[in-house]
Amino acid sequence: MHDIVLGERSTTDRILRALVYAILIGFVLFYLAPLYVMVVTSVKSLEEILAGGLLNLPKKLDFYGWDEAWNNACVGTECRGMAPFMINSLIASTLATIIPTAIGALNGYALSLWRFKGSELFFGMLLFGAFIPFQIVLLPMASFLGWIGWSSSLTGLTFTYIVYGLPFTTLYFRNFFVSFPIDLVNAAKIDGIGYFRFFWRVALPSSVPIMIVSVIWQFTNTWNDFLFASTMTKLESATVMVALNNFVEVANGVKRYNVDMAAAIIAGLPTLVVYLVAGRYFLRGLMAGAVKG
Amino acid sequence: MAITDNSIHVPTSQPRKLRKGTTWVGRNLPWLTLLPTGILGAIFIYGFIVLTIYISMSASKLVPDYTFVGFEQWAKLWGMRRWGIAVNNLFVFSGLFILFATTIGLVLAILLDQRIRHEGAIRTIILYPMALSFIVTGTAWKWILNPGLGIESLLHDWGFVEAQFDWLVRRDRAIYTVVLAAVWQSSGFIMAIFLASLRGIDPSIMQSAMMDGASSWRIYRRIIIPQLRPAFFTAVVILLHMAIKSYDLVIALTNGGPGTATDLPSTFMYDYAFDRSRIAIGAASATMMLFTIAAIIVPYLYSELRSHNRSRGHA
Repeated sequence: MHDIVLGERSTTDRILRALVYAILIGFVLFYLAPLYVMVVTSVKSLEEILAGGLLNLPKKLDFYGWDEAWNNACVGTECRGMAPFMINSLIASTLATIIPTAIGALNGYALSLWRFKGSELFFGMLLFGAFIPFQIVLLPMASFLGWIGWSSSLTGLTFTYIVYGLPFTTLYFRNFFVSFPIDLVNAAKIDGIGYFRFFWRVALPSSVPIMIVSVIWQFTNTWNDFLFASTMTKLESATVMVALNNFVEVANGVKRYNVDMAAAIIAGLPTLVVYLVAGRYFLRGLMAGAVKG
Repeated sequence: MAITDNSIHVPTSQPRKLRKGTTWVGRNLPWLTLLPTGILGAIFIYGFIVLTIYISMSASKLVPDYTFVGFEQWAKLWGMRRWGIAVNNLFVFSGLFILFATTIGLVLAILLDQRIRHEGAIRTIILYPMALSFIVTGTAWKWILNPGLGIESLLHDWGFVEAQFDWLVRRDRAIYTVVLAAVWQSSGFIMAIFLASLRGIDPSIMQSAMMDGASSWRIYRRIIIPQLRPAFFTAVVILLHMAIKSYDLVIALTNGGPGTATDLPSTFMYDYAFDRSRIAIGAASATMMLFTIAAIIVPYLYSELRSHNRSRGHA
């Protein structure tokens, strides 16, 4: 903490301090405003919405928007609400979280504690894969999935998430294991403890903090993905983000903003909950891992 | 480079109790572990990059046609008016996005570093947009910015009857609404980067400067902000990388419109590759995106990995 601005308790310092709080409160309101508008709009009746008063609290709570969004909203010709697409997203994101995290843990372990000739080059090349714009692989990936019979399916999408998640999960675990006490590793090697035994007994149990980072990262990114999901799915296999966009874009007739906002909140809620529950660990890990290289 | 006491290639040099390590598999376990990922990376990252670049140099239109035509499609791409708009928008968008997100992130970090009450809660609020999908926030901003019932009508309610705020549907202004939504979503993360960096500065440096009677403004400008140089570097690289990859937000907020007014290279690529089925042009635009990102990321990764190894060398 460096309370330079607010050193002594003179009058100017008090004014400065008040100013600091005022600015911060202003920013807090700015960041909260869209969420607030979403929530109040979702529980207003359409008449009330069309009468204006963007920031007003609803005169009467109306859950029509939520009911419609969850049960009846139409995506294309399907009018079953957001629920089926939530399930699609849940399946794809769960698999695309567990598998790359498990593989990433093993990769990171090998790359940091069992370096071999070329392991740094391997890591560098894999790392580049974490930064490519995915547009560069979109066309071949779509053809590839068609070729093996996975086009427009949840299987194909999940496979895509797994493959392009590996550079990230490997990066996290590698950067975590790099700061592992080297003496411990060497002692284990001299004792002849096996490669996998050391991983299973010592390395993996110690890596819980970075495992949380990897899990949150993969879950959030795949849940929020739109580029791959819109390319690799069709109506039945669409994820919730594709469904939401489709639903908001192609609604005909009067725009039902309350339904739109309820659908948007439903789609955003899982990652928001993950952030509120485990966000602290994530940020700590990100700062230690990805950002500092 | 590699740390010698950390790698054991030759198990035969170890004393006694050698177990599975003596078999070929045992000796080569580390790279065997990495083999599946290596194969996947070779095909799905590097193989596909090469393939896309090749498609961009082929005669492909509706279907892949692997006749090599050299840089013909690239030339065609750069001659297209719409690509020009997309590239121009990318400059405008990324410039403003980086400027505002960095400034706001830095200001917030400095303010939060003043022993603020409820700092944790404020940080949580500033950062939550990062957890949300651009499709979700784009949907929300689209509603807030819509000229009929959004901010504009709010301004009317507040007595500014003449007020107009129709940027979302104006060709010359729509790109700024994308900047607004993107800054709202990403500035919190930049704050976190700067805050982490501020907390890493040795407090004694500042204390001695205060002893010398320097004003807090001067201390920040002359001493603290210059020390944040690595954080600035990281923030700009991350933001630039985000700007070039930006796709979902534009789709949800403006869908590239009105007309093509908010097209970015990413939306251009998708439209040509999938909706218009001009595969080679789509591939060429993706190649341009890759080159741009590579020009930024490769030197960054190189410097990061090098400094990382150097600092590890003393461990």
